[in-house]
Amino acid sequence: MTGANTPEVIAQHQLTDAEYRKIVGILGREPNYTELGIFSVMWSEHCSYKSSRRHLKKLPTRGRLVVQGPGENAGIVDIGGGYVIAFKIESHNHPSFIEPFQGAATGVGGILRDIFTMGARPIAVLDSLRFGRLDDAETGARNRRIASGVVAGIAHYGNCFGVPTVGGECVFERCYDGNPLVNVFALGVCRKEEVFYARAAGVGNPVIYVGARTGRDGIHGASMASAEFTEESKQKRPNVQVGDPFMEKLLLEACLEAMRTGAIVGIQDMGAAGLTCSTCEMGSRGGVGIEIELDRVPQRETGMTPYEIMLSESQERMLLVADKGREEEVFRVFAKWGLEAAEIGFVSEDGRLRVRHHGEVVAEIPNRELADEAPLYDRPHTRPPRAGLIPDLPAASVQKALPMLLAAPDLCSKRWIWEQYDYQVRTNTIAGPGAEAAIIRIKETGTSVAISLDGNGRYCYLSPREGARLAVAECCRNLSTVGARPVAATNCLNFGNPERPEIMAQLVEAIEGIAEACSFFETPITGGNVSLYNETLGEAIYPTPVLGIVGLLKTGAPVTIPFKNAGRSVMLIGGAGSCDDPRFGCTEYAKEILRRLWGLPPALDLDYEKRVQFAIRKIIAEGLAESAHDLSDGGLAVALAECSFGPAGIGAQIDVDSDLRPEMLAFHEGPSRILISTAHPKRVADIAEKYEIEAPVVGVTIEKGIEIRQRAMTLGCWDIAALRAAWEQAFESHVR
Amino acid sequence: MRFGVIVFPGSNCDHDALHAVSRNLGQPAEFIWHDSRSLGGVDAVILPGGFAYGDYLRCGAIARFSPVMKAVGEFAAAGGLVLGICNGFQILVEAGLLPGALIRNRSLKFICREVRLRVETTGSPFTSAAQEGQVLRMPIAHGEGCYYAAERTLDELADGDRIVFRYLDNPNGSLRDIAGILNPARNVMGMMPHPERATEPLMGSCDGLLVFQSMLAVAQAVR
Repeated sequence: MTGANTPEVIAQHQLTDAEYRKIVGILGREPNYTELGIFSVMWSEHCSYKSSRRHLKKLPTRGRLVVQGPGENAGIVDIGGGYVIAFKIESHNHPSFIEPFQGAATGVGGILRDIFTMGARPIAVLDSLRFGRLDDAETGARNRRIASGVVAGIAHYGNCFGVPTVGGECVFERCYDGNPLVNVFALGVCRKEEVFYARAAGVGNPVIYVGARTGRDGIHGASMASAEFTEESKQKRPNVQVGDPFMEKLLLEACLEAMRTGAIVGIQDMGAAGLTCSTCEMGSRGGVGIEIELDRVPQRETGMTPYEIMLSESQERMLLVADKGREEEVFRVFAKWGLEAAEIGFVSEDGRLRVRHHGEVVAEIPNRELADEAPLYDRPHTRPPRAGLIPDLPAASVQKALPMLLAAPDLCSKRWIWEQYDYQVRTNTIAGPGAEAAIIRIKETGTSVAISLDGNGRYCYLSPREGARLAVAECCRNLSTVGARPVAATNCLNFGNPERPEIMAQLVEAIEGIAEACSFFETPITGGNVSLYNETLGEAIYPTPVLGIVGLLKTGAPVTIPFKNAGRSVMLIGGAGSCDDPRFGCTEYAKEILRRLWGLPPALDLDYEKRVQFAIRKIIAEGLAESAHDLSDGGLAVALAECSFGPAGIGAQIDVDSDLRPEMLAFHEGPSRILISTAHPKRVADIAEKYEIEAPVVGVTIEKGIEIRQRAMTLGCWDIAALRAAWEQAFESHVR
Repeated sequence: MRFGVIVFPGSNCDHDALHAVSRNLGQPAEFIWHDSRSLGGVDAVILPGGFAYGDYLRCGAIARFSPVMKAVGEFAAAGGLVLGICNGFQILVEAGLLPGALIRNRSLKFICREVRLRVETTGSPFTSAAQEGQVLRMPIAHGEGCYYAAERTLDELADGDRIVFRYLDNPNGSLRDIAGILNPARNVMGMMPHPERATEPLMGSCDGLLVFQSMLAVAQAVR
């Protein structure tokens, strides 16, 4: 059992001397090679959250509707009517850089398993994507290949599995040149009393392996995701797994059917760290041991060592514990779906993970220490880096800037991406890609769930704390703008190397910002994912926390973005907002027109934001808004243009009473603002007054064209068809 | 009228088809498992969309050998109504119940979008409730929906009034803009667009309901 491990071998496993000594202390002896591998994946940053856990504790996790918070495969929220939703977001950044198609595809596969492991049928996927610049002379070709590959991979997996991909975001920055971000959110639904947990229980109960056979793919994927990229990273291609969405579909149907037999005690998917993670975590949660015999694990290659079998990350596999004596019921269901299921071990009482190979014990580790006692670091954190000085702002033309912004990669229509996704399958998509927020109806309850994903790396780079608060506010505003009440959140924290104090500072500040805003908006975090070491050759990404927030609403025809009729009042709920030179450097205008980044993100008054959201929900609930669109990237002018891109071709003429410089008035990205069109301006004004917010009537919808004036002076005047063509066709030319 | 919705392990529009005919058309409907050798006395069969057995080979190439397809073939030969949607169309073509082939979209990409279809014939049990030339809105969602056949076959389809739907804005490169066709006996139809996704106002269109209403009208007339 005992093996001497050389310092080189220990270092290869990304374990520090102190961590190694801790392992020796737990075991009371030196670990053998298999055990060393097992510890290295479970104690990797990816699986153990050793750098972030101390700070993640600051997040609010409880709420009236929260049935299950962090610590399980997904969070669970009560939506009433006897039903719950399960949802979570996960990253698959590193694999998607190495092999974009399969990396993204298996990212979708992993998060879907997290959902149906809980007993919930996945009904929606959204993705938050960040790539390098598509037009860069040096890296553009590679970035285009990554972007196309990732989108095709998500489409391949989701479409075949049969879950609609209903929304998301896609942003391009230099800092993601060598480190794309692929964050996938999934949501499922199930009856409240049919939720399953990843807990082993009942000494003597059989441990059953289901799904695809184990191969040598993906060994050490979790550790790969816990290191920076270097020139050698490309050699890690074999570490990326290959996805089989058809197998996943079979696994979904079979697992849900097997759960209904009542013969399953606990179930967990094999994702990161494969068989190792599923056995020790299920044992640890249940306070029991698990003993398995590797000879019984279905294998698709011969001669696999215990080390390889335990660390393989082959996809589409599940581990479950069944009631002793009822195994046959479970096997029957899996046979019906043509899936292999094998009893590979049993639940034991000694709290240990005992692994046998040809009958001999090849690893024996206490479950709880392995799963939950990973080292916890309080890494030093200083101050996040601050960006450059405020430049002298050159003279600006709102007239010229708007079409340029509408054609910019971040702001243009992403139809090219989302038409590759089946966003309608299951016929629950009430609002899909391109909408303010995705809306999915729950056929069983007569209610709907709205979902918004948001993050902004530029804001967070300038101030991680404020940027994170803004992301929470924006998600909640998107939901409120479609009339939904935000209820719960998940987050994916994408950062650089936490061993660098300034990066660690970004992480700590962002978490604290999320904690503050989520507490304020009463949207507890029910789970999520942390992805660190997003660096290539020493260059870190912008700190990019991505929030996924869900809201609840009644099922009905949605209020959408486009203007519907001419002659309606255009109102700016929340008012024109404020901005100054430092707060203008984060905007898309600064990025695309000035090619600069400076200062601070937009100022956010949480209390005002909340009142704006209450007001818009009331306005929507009373049926007063014919259209509604929040102001975000690109500000007022871009939002106004997007409202004019509807099938009716209705535009607007607005005149804003404001002291701001024209380009700031048109393009500043201050929060707490929503543009609506209404036939009932007086009633809307009454509601605004009640919530003590500004809601000026800024103009009127018209048959043709868009015009923006400031105190009667025209800043710009555009033909809708031309603007729309620029907006719609830009992405295809960027990505080709 | 009882509808049977065939369920292959990789079908993923099976629930949608069932919802469309049971909830939105208001007729009894049931699932029929792919290894079933009988259709259990249903009045019409729907082969839904999806990826029957993963479709890693050619779409529908494996599904045609499934036990249930033998029963579907016999049902069709006896005059029973068979509607293949998307993957169901691909399977019907592979099974030889309809002519031609469905190959990759000309863009080589999966496309999900609403399209406009023109009803080319009302002389079918699937369009009898429509007007000739009527334009219907419903979505497509496929990667391999480009209809392809030999010139002679295309001529036969046209001469026999067996082209049911044509795209107004051909999204996938289908020859002669073909979106849906009939067998010579006119009781088997395959179409790439999804009528089941256009059967209630919340879905954005109710035009797909016409297909199912036509089937219902025919079944009731027989009785």
